[in-house]
Amino acid sequence: MSLAEAPAAPPVPAPAPVAWLRLLRSELRLVLGRRRNQVLLAGLALVPVLLGTVLALTRDSALSGQGPSFVGQVTGNGLFLVVAALFLCLPFLLPLCIGIASGDAVAGEAGAGTLRYLLVVPVPRTRLLTVKAVAALVFAACAVLAVAVTGLVVGALYFGLHDVTLLSGSTVPVGEGVLRVAGIVAYVALSLTGLVAVGLFFSTLTEVPVGAMAATVVVAIVSTVLDSLPQVSAIHPGLLTHHWFDFAEFLRVQVDYGVLGQGLAVQAAWVALFGSLAWARFTTADITS
Amino acid sequence: MTSPAEVPGTGGADDGLAVRTAGLTKRFRSGQVAVDGVDLRVPRGAVYGFLGPNGSGKTTTIRMLLGLARPTGGRAWLLGAAMPDEATRVLPRVGALVEGPAFHPYLSGRANLARLDAGDATADPRTARRRAEAALDRVGLGAAAAKPYRQYSLGMKQRLGLAAALLQPRDLLVLDEPTNGLDPQGTREVRHLVRELADAGTTVLVSSHLLAEIEQVCTHVGIMSRGHLLLQGERAALTERGAARLVVTTRATQVTAAVEVLAGVGLTEVAPPDGIPHPARVDGPVRITAALGPTPPEKVSAALVHAGIDLLGLEVVRPNLEQLFVELTGEGFDVAR
Ligand SMILES: Nc1ncnc2c1ncn2[C@@H]1O[C@H](COP(=O)(O)OP(=O)(O)O)[C@@H](O)[C@H]1O
Ligand SMILES: [Mg+2]
Repeated sequence: MSLAEAPAAPPVPAPAPVAWLRLLRSELRLVLGRRRNQVLLAGLALVPVLLGTVLALTRDSALSGQGPSFVGQVTGNGLFLVVAALFLCLPFLLPLCIGIASGDAVAGEAGAGTLRYLLVVPVPRTRLLTVKAVAALVFAACAVLAVAVTGLVVGALYFGLHDVTLLSGSTVPVGEGVLRVAGIVAYVALSLTGLVAVGLFFSTLTEVPVGAMAATVVVAIVSTVLDSLPQVSAIHPGLLTHHWFDFAEFLRVQVDYGVLGQGLAVQAAWVALFGSLAWARFTTADITS
Repeated sequence: MTSPAEVPGTGGADDGLAVRTAGLTKRFRSGQVAVDGVDLRVPRGAVYGFLGPNGSGKTTTIRMLLGLARPTGGRAWLLGAAMPDEATRVLPRVGALVEGPAFHPYLSGRANLARLDAGDATADPRTARRRAEAALDRVGLGAAAAKPYRQYSLGMKQRLGLAAALLQPRDLLVLDEPTNGLDPQGTREVRHLVRELADAGTTVLVSSHLLAEIEQVCTHVGIMSRGHLLLQGERAALTERGAARLVVTTRATQVTAAVEVLAGVGLTEVAPPDGIPHPARVDGPVRITAALGPTPPEKVSAALVHAGIDLLGLEVVRPNLEQLFVELTGEGFDVAR
């Protein structure tokens, strides 16, 4: 073989969006096909099942005095089981699941050594990071949906779906109620995007996935703690978790989209900041694992 | 005929070299200089044995070649393309095994290959399955394709790593310690595979800390020690360079006379056998060694015969690479840093 012939026709790459989608499909299969992640989703789905069962069996409003009013309303309207279950999962279980999935995204591949093989395929680093980010976001959405959909099904079976009594006491028809609850689900899912970005950034820092997962969960917890300290009220509006429970806005007669927008803007800021940090780190890091 | 300049990724820097580095250096944050001013030259079509003891900087060099780590000094080109800047363009033509295989433990061998193929923008998804099967068959993993990776033996893992490197036709293969964890039979198979690929025109850069395992398939050799490339070139030429020794076999009774003759024709380090031969074998064969130096061996044999010494055997022994390494560094090849 002569030297001039040696370089065969250079392989033609598929257009970037096509290549990106093919990798995303593979990534989603990996993330959603993984036993551990399926167990996490199943665990989340169990929350509304347990909550609904307990309430159905006791048929009393023991919880009505304690939690926000919608927990007490569950037995009267299955739709509220969705809201109550999300309310229960939001402080810890959802951040835990998201911390695990997003903290694992890059660090898991680094720890297993598969990262170096993806990069020499070659998968451009920016493409890999964006695919990892989208897959982590999809998992976060699945986590929220696991709670919401089982909540809806279990609530409908146990308690039926009825017209919705809002916080003020006025009632809207069941159709509008479903839309409002869908709004809550969407808002909760979007509220978790900042945490996904934080987890992704931590994930680029280490080859020990458990470290990135734990750090992500700790961020959510610390944020909640800070949010409860009046001494640092100045920073409250910017905290990752400060606006998480603003979803209750959907249960007011007049939904104040300003409040919701503010919550989403804070998430967008966290996504932009930690997304950029993750990108800056990952595109320059030496892969030594 | 395509001139190299017209092929993207093989621009002006292409001088018939599949791998070239200039002053390639890696200083880790710890301050350790793992690779120090390495100038690799791997000709196209070569099987280049990248040899050196554990810790000599082979893997670190390979990481920089493949764009996984950034050099702190110097530059590197693969198939004429500057790394890491042109990685996306050139790496599809490069298959690599770096510091052992690594795959998702709970996915099958086949699914792991599909995963890597999904990342390759130049790979045709319609042929993915067929190419994966072909690569698995080629490394003898066809029967274990559906097994989860975590159930693979070390040898099977190594083979899957090779299969991944062979998913696409490659112009260059960079194989870091491909025989690690393989039994002698597996090692032979890897050598056979390397030879086969080289025969088909693929350039192979293969690293090993076990000289003997890989030495025989190499057309070229580069030897690393403590981050430095001690020497490189055609294997045959390198071993020529080593100091040859002469081994003369004669009768025990003639040892003293033979030693005198050898010293007389200008040989140095003449070493007669230790001790006195057993009385019963007092006339048995005895081997004397000496550094050959510039003296032609036929002159030695003539002088011995002329002195009336029974020449039972005469052999010129060239050092192998391992001995050459020891000669150059004064260290054993198996010392880790
Ligand atoms: N990420 C790292 N940080 C610091 N030192 C490293 C790192 N990776 C390798 N080294 C050191 O660099 C030297 C060369 O290592 P390596 O390239 O793996 O050698 P080889 O592959 O020849 O066995 C070793 O002394 C090793 O300890
Ligand atoms: Mg090594």
